[in-house]
Amino acid sequence: MSENVEVKTLVIDGHEVSARRGQTILEVARENNIDIPTLCHLDGLSDVGACRMCLVEIAGNNKLLPACVATVSEGMQVTTSSERLQKHRRTILELLFAERNHVCSVCVANGHCELQSLAQDQGLTHVRLPYRNPDLHVDASHERFTLDHNRCILCTRCVRVCAEIEGAHVWDVMGRGINSMVITDLHEDWGSSSCTRCGKCVQVCPTGALFDKSKIGTSHPKYPDFLPYLNLMREAQ
Amino acid sequence: MSQTITIDPVTRLEGHGKITIQLNAQGEVQDAHFHVTQVRGFERFSEGRPFYEMPSLMARICGICPVSHLIASAKACEAIMSVRIPHTAAQLRRMLNLAQMVQSHALSFFYLSSPDLLLGMDADPKVRHIFGVVEARPELGRAGVALRRFGQHIIELLGDKRIHPGWVIPGGVTEPLTPAKRDEILGMIPEAYANIKLALSWYKQIADSFKPEVEVFANFPSLFLGLINEDESVEFTDGALRLISATGNILADGITAQEFTQVIGEAVEPYSYTKFAYYKPLGYPDGSYRVGPLARLNIAKSMGTPLADAELVEFKQLASGPVQGSFYYHHARLIDILYGIEKIEQILSDPLILDKHVRATAGVNRLEGAGQAEAPRGTLMHNYKVDENGKITWANLVIATGQNNNAMNRGVLQAARHYIKDGKFSEGILNRVEAVVRTFDPCLSCSTHALGQMPLHLSLVSADGKVIDQAIR
Repeated sequence: MSENVEVKTLVIDGHEVSARRGQTILEVARENNIDIPTLCHLDGLSDVGACRMCLVEIAGNNKLLPACVATVSEGMQVTTSSERLQKHRRTILELLFAERNHVCSVCVANGHCELQSLAQDQGLTHVRLPYRNPDLHVDASHERFTLDHNRCILCTRCVRVCAEIEGAHVWDVMGRGINSMVITDLHEDWGSSSCTRCGKCVQVCPTGALFDKSKIGTSHPKYPDFLPYLNLMREAQ
Repeated sequence: MSQTITIDPVTRLEGHGKITIQLNAQGEVQDAHFHVTQVRGFERFSEGRPFYEMPSLMARICGICPVSHLIASAKACEAIMSVRIPHTAAQLRRMLNLAQMVQSHALSFFYLSSPDLLLGMDADPKVRHIFGVVEARPELGRAGVALRRFGQHIIELLGDKRIHPGWVIPGGVTEPLTPAKRDEILGMIPEAYANIKLALSWYKQIADSFKPEVEVFANFPSLFLGLINEDESVEFTDGALRLISATGNILADGITAQEFTQVIGEAVEPYSYTKFAYYKPLGYPDGSYRVGPLARLNIAKSMGTPLADAELVEFKQLASGPVQGSFYYHHARLIDILYGIEKIEQILSDPLILDKHVRATAGVNRLEGAGQAEAPRGTLMHNYKVDENGKITWANLVIATGQNNNAMNRGVLQAARHYIKDGKFSEGILNRVEAVVRTFDPCLSCSTHALGQMPLHLSLVSADGKVIDQAIR
C-alpha cells in the first residue's frame, strides 16, 4: 500500500471495516460482502445517485445518503437495512412501477429484469399508488434495437455507457421531472441518429426499455459484466 | 302476456355470457339470443407495439387456448417477415398445438359437459359438476384429469410454462427439443391412449340415450369451415381452409390466411360483443358456418392416423352427408383427442425432431400479414398491419366463437322452442338450453378479446319487456 493511501475505519451493520479515502460506502460494503440494493449503479460506470435504492442511514445524520455516491469517513456508523430503509426502497419501487407501463408478463425482459428482481427481493407484492398509464411511444426505427419508453426508469445507464465507454454520447435526457425522457442525439429517431450500433446501452439497460430485436421471445438476458473488464484493459493500454 | 327468461350467467363455459328467451302472449318462444357481455379491446391496445411482441401479447387473451393464439399470431408475424420456418420448428409447434387441443377438449368434455352426459340433464345442479362425475364414475373422472394433465404437461415440457408459454416466437420456437423431454412425452402416451379409449367407449354407450337432445341441439344444415392438408386429412396448425356446404360440396378450397378476410366477413348484432362471421359470397346470415371439431371431421376425408381414422369411419356413418347435429361436437371432440395423441407420437418419431435449427430470422418485409390455425374450438385468424419499423398500426382477430356465433344463437332458439311450451320450464329445461351452447365449447373471453369474470345468465322476458324469470349463477 503506498504512503498516500489514507485508511479509514468505519462500521457497517455492526461490522468493523476498513476503507481507502475516497471510496464510496457501496464499494466498501460490497468488498465486505454486505449487500445494498442498487438500480442505477453499474460497476464500470460513474455514479449519479439517481434511483435512491441504495440509501443508507448514517449515525448522527438525519438525512439518508445514497451509498453509491457518499464517501466513507473515519468512525462512520452505517446501517444498510432497517424498517425505515425498507419502507423507502419499497416506495421508490412502487413509484417506478406506477410511473410508466411496466407489464412484466409481456415484457421482453421478463425474468431478466433488474427492476422485477429488485421488487421480488424487496417483497413488493402490490403497488399502492394509482398507475399513471402514460401514452408513450416505442422507437423501433433502429435496424437492430428497439427503445420502449414504457419500460424506461430513467436510470441513465445508457447515457453514461454511451458517453463514458463508447465515447459517442448519442443518448441524453430531455425534459424535466416526470416528463424526462431519454433521447438519441437531439431527439431524433434512434435509427437516423449518430448511433455506432455497439449495443452497449442495450446490455446495460436494467429493464426491457432497450432491447435487441433479434432476441425476441421472452428470454432476453443482458450481459453488463463486460464494463469493468473493458475499463481495466483500456487503463492498461 | 309475453315474457323473457334470462339465464345469467350460463355456467360451465369459458367466459361470461347470458341467454335470453322471449315468450309471446301465448307462452311460446318468440326469439332467443346468446349474448356475450363483455369487451376487452386487445386489437386496440396492441397498436403501437412492435409486431414481434404480438404472440405473447395476444396469447394473454385466454388461459385455455393461449397456444392457438401464439401460433396464429406467430404465423401472421412470419407473413410480415416473409419467412418459412424450419421444418423442426413447424413440427414442434404442431405438437404444442395438439397438446393444447387435448387438454382443452378434456376440459370441455370431462369438466364442463360430462356432468350433463353422465348424471343427466335434469340432475340436481348441486351434484351436476366434475366432482359429481368423479363420485359416480371415478375412472372417468380420473381419465379426464389425466388427459388434461397429459396436454398441459407437454406444453410445460416444451414451453416451460403450462399457460402462456413464451416458446413460440415469430420465426419458429426459442429452444429445440431435448432427447430427455421427447422420451418423457413418449412415456406418457400409453396412459393417454387408455384414457381416451375409455372415454370413447363410454360415450358410445350413452350417446343413444340422448337421441332427443341430438334432434334439437343446434341440429340444422349449415356450412362448415376448417383447416385441411393437401391430402384432405385433418390439420390443426398448417394447411389451408376448406369451406363445405350443408350437403358436403366444396364451396371454397385452399383459403390461405391472406385470403381469409377476402372471403370471410364479420357482422355485428346489437345484443352481443362477439361478432358474427360469414362467408361473403352468401352474405349474412346465409353465409354463416360452423367451425370446430364437428366441422373439421365433416370436412376431412381422413384423420391421417390409424386409430382416429377407424373412429372417423364410424363417425361419418352418423349421417349421409355432413353430420349436422351439434350434440356430435362431443363425439368429434373425443376423436380429435385420439388423433392428437397419435399425431404427437408420430411427430416424436420424426428423425429431425431433435434438430437444433428451430428459428428463422428476418425484419419487416411486408406491411401486412395474416396467420391461421385451428384452436380446439375452431378456426382462428390473426391479421396485422405494421409500419415500416414493424409497429402495429391495425390488428384484427377472427375467433372460433365468433364463427360459431350464429349457429349457437340458432341452436339456443331451436332448443328453447322445442322445450319451452306454454311459458313453462324447469331447471332441467334451462340446463338443456345452456348445454346447447356447451356443445360448441365457446371461449367467450377470446371471442370478445374481453376482460372480466366468467359466469353465464339466462332470462325470460315478457312481450312488454319485463323479465319474468331468470337463472343467475
